[in-house]
Amino acid sequence: MKSAVIVFPGSNCDRDLAVAFEAATGTRPAMIWHRDTELPDDIDLIGVPGGFSYGDYLRSGAMAARSPVMQAVAKAADRGAYVLGICNGFQVLTESGLLPGALLRNAGGHFVCRDVALTVENAQSAFTSHYEAGEAISYPVAHHDGNYFADDATLDRLEGEGRVALRYAESVNGSARNIAGILNEAGNVLGMMPHPERVIEAAHGSTDGKRLFQGLVEGLFARA
Amino acid sequence: MKARIFVTLKGGVLDPQGRAIQHALDGLGFSGVNDVRAGKLIELDLADGTSDEDIDAMCRKLLANTVIENYRIEKVA
Repeated sequence: MKSAVIVFPGSNCDRDLAVAFEAATGTRPAMIWHRDTELPDDIDLIGVPGGFSYGDYLRSGAMAARSPVMQAVAKAADRGAYVLGICNGFQVLTESGLLPGALLRNAGGHFVCRDVALTVENAQSAFTSHYEAGEAISYPVAHHDGNYFADDATLDRLEGEGRVALRYAESVNGSARNIAGILNEAGNVLGMMPHPERVIEAAHGSTDGKRLFQGLVEGLFARA
Repeated sequence: MKARIFVTLKGGVLDPQGRAIQHALDGLGFSGVNDVRAGKLIELDLADGTSDEDIDAMCRKLLANTVIENYRIEKVA
């Protein structure tokens, strides 16, 4: 079971995500710098962390999406590796085309930094298998550009195919249909604005995020 | 040669920045500003002979996100 966390200049949740991966897998993930063009062979799980990659220049995630390492991430995703993008990582995944749509400036114009109530919409995915469908959970958010946008046809398709993994229980940032996290067509790529890696220990005030990593890793071990 | 790339949000895409500018103008007493849309201007200094196709590819691959933005290329002599 090999995992990796991608590190861009300006990433700031990379170490938190590495701690969450290590707690779930028992081994330390490789930290992969954005200029690297290759990932470890047979990589099973890749984290694209939160932060402000490249200072959010041009658009959030735009520069990171075109960095050499993202070609390698796309290739790994294509052959079935799991990819989890959180916050800026979600923005990077949409900018790179691994997930549809885009993340716009929050509708209210403000940076939103608080715990938010979420509903697990799809509990069948590899990422959400340790939750119940319809379960109410809470993760923190901290973002300025989390307003998910896609055209109506894409939104209908996401809903119809069960690819809305997580939904805000209330309007947080203006996201279309209150979407907080989406899956790719194959179900091995998840992008989400909320931060499960910030709620994995009792000392964090909640362990709601722990099951995401546990479920994902158990599935991976079962597959191996 | 130089080119100017104008990047604007597509119609129907919410522009909170434009809305904030509109509020600020209103606060300054400029009534009658019906709407404000903010965009970006990117100036490129290009090698002579850079093809139109290449400039267009730059826009599609990086400068604009065509999911949410339109772009217009203006070549400057």
